[in-house]
Amino acid sequence: MSHDAFITEETIHGADDGPLAGRTVAIKDNISTKGVRTTCGSEMLTDYVPPYDATVVERLKSAGATLVGKTNMDEFGMGTTTETSAFGPTTNPVDEDRVPGGSSGGSAAAVAAGEADAALGSDTGGSVRCPAAFCGVVGIKPTYGLVSRYGLVAYANSLEQIGPLAPTVEEAAEVLEVIAGPDDRDATTRAEGADANYASAANGDVDGLSIGVPTELIEGADDRVVDRFHETIADLETRGAETHEVSLPSVERAVQAYYVIAMSEASSNLARFDGVRYGPDTDAEGNWNESFAAVREAGFGDEVKRRILLGTYALSAGYHDKYYAKAQDARAWLKQDFDEALSEADVLASPTMPVLPFELGESLDDPLRMYLADANTVPVNLANLPAISVPAGRADGLPVGLQLIGPAFGERTIIRAASAVESSV
Amino acid sequence: MSETPVDADEVRHVADLARIDLDDEAVDQFAVQFADILSYFDALDDVPEVDPEADLVNVMRDDEVRDGLTQAEALENAPETEDGYFKGPSVS
Repeated sequence: MSHDAFITEETIHGADDGPLAGRTVAIKDNISTKGVRTTCGSEMLTDYVPPYDATVVERLKSAGATLVGKTNMDEFGMGTTTETSAFGPTTNPVDEDRVPGGSSGGSAAAVAAGEADAALGSDTGGSVRCPAAFCGVVGIKPTYGLVSRYGLVAYANSLEQIGPLAPTVEEAAEVLEVIAGPDDRDATTRAEGADANYASAANGDVDGLSIGVPTELIEGADDRVVDRFHETIADLETRGAETHEVSLPSVERAVQAYYVIAMSEASSNLARFDGVRYGPDTDAEGNWNESFAAVREAGFGDEVKRRILLGTYALSAGYHDKYYAKAQDARAWLKQDFDEALSEADVLASPTMPVLPFELGESLDDPLRMYLADANTVPVNLANLPAISVPAGRADGLPVGLQLIGPAFGERTIIRAASAVESSV
Repeated sequence: MSETPVDADEVRHVADLARIDLDDEAVDQFAVQFADILSYFDALDDVPEVDPEADLVNVMRDDEVRDGLTQAEALENAPETEDGYFKGPSVS
C-alpha cells in the first residue's frame, strides 16, 4: 500500500445485512482477529494468530462490515508517530514526509487515503485522537467502560478504550453505535452503552451549547494551531454557542501522571511475553530467567523496553510512593477538576495536538519530547471521559484537529458539537 | 537534575527485574534518557493528596462452566509443545 497503512491485508466478510453492510473497516493490529495474525507492531508477535475474535470484531462482522486488514501501529501502542512499529513507519497521506501520528497511525492513514471507509484504533493516551488530528479525519475516544476491551492486547488497562476513526463525525458515530455496549467478557463495561444511538446526534446544531476552554491546554501550543482553534471556536459562537475560559490546574501534572501509570501497567501486562505461550522461537539457552531475558531483548523494540523498565522502576521498592502513588493522586485530582469544569459547561474544547504533524524521524531520538506532545490528550484518559477529535481546517497545508471533551457517557453531546465544527470548516 | 539520578548499574538492576537483556550501549543510552524522564516526573511531588471517589464495585458472575479454547487452540501459538503442554526452559 502506498502509505504502508496495513501490516496484513486480508478480507474478512461479515453478515449479509446490518447497519454497516457494504462498509469496509480496517482494524488496528492490537485487536484480535480469529485466524488473522495480530502483531501489535512487534517482532514479539510477528507470527501470532489469535484463536478468537475480539468482541468489537464480532460486533462489526454481525453488523455487516467487511474487514479489510490489520493496520500498522506503534509497537504495543507505545508511541505518538507509528514509527516505533517493527514493520516500519506509515506515512501521512496528507504529506508523505510527515508521520500520521500514533499509535493508531495505520488506521488513520487508511481512512484518510480512502483505503477503508472507517477503522478501529485504541486510545490509551490519545492514540485514536492524535492520528485522527494529524491525518485530517475524525476519531473518538469513548468513555471508559463504553466499549469492550475483550480481545484488545493490553498495554494499560485502566486507561484504554477502543474507538472508531472515519472521514465524518456521523460515520464515526455509526461505528461507535455498533461496538458500544456491555459485554460479560469485560467486567469493566457498563450498562450505559446498551442501545446506543449516537449518529442521530450529528445534526450540526450548537445553538445554546456551553463550551469551556481550558487555558492550560492552549498555552504552549504552536501559534498556527492556536489560531485555527480560535477561528473555529469564534465560528461556533456566531452559530449560537456560548464559550468561556476555564482553569484546570491539575492538567499541568497530567503527562507525568499518565506516563507513570501507563508504564507501570505496561511493565506488568507485558510480562506475559516470554517466548513460551507465544513469541519468537529463539535459540536462547540457560535457565528460565536467562532464556526469558534473551527472548525479550530480541522481541521488544527500544520504546517498549524503555517503558517496561521505567514502569518496573516506578513500582519498585522505595520508589512506589514517590511515583505510582503520587500519579494516582494526580489522577483523582484531574477527575475533580474535570467534574467541576463540566458542571458549568456542556463540553470542553482544545486543540487535539499542540503541534502540527512531525516530520518522519524528527522525534525518535528524544522520547521526552514525544511524550510532551500528548499533553492535551492524556488528561481525558486519566479522567475516564469521552473525547472526539474533529478536523478544524489546515495550517501551512497540514491538518489541525479540535478536541471536544464531554462528561462520562456524554458521547451524544460531543458528537453534536463535533458535527457543528465539521460543518463550519 | 533529578533527585533520583540513574546510573548504569541501576538500569542493569531494573532490566534484571524486568527480565530484559541489554547490551552496554543500550544501558548507557537508557541511563541518560531515564535521568531526563525521571527528573520530569519529579513534578509529581507537589501534587496534593486527593481521595479518589469510591464508586467502584465488584462485578461477579456465577461460577459456571462455559465454552473456552480447546487445548489445541491454546497451544497453537507456542514455539514448543510436548504431550499437550507448553514447553518452557528449565527452571534452574
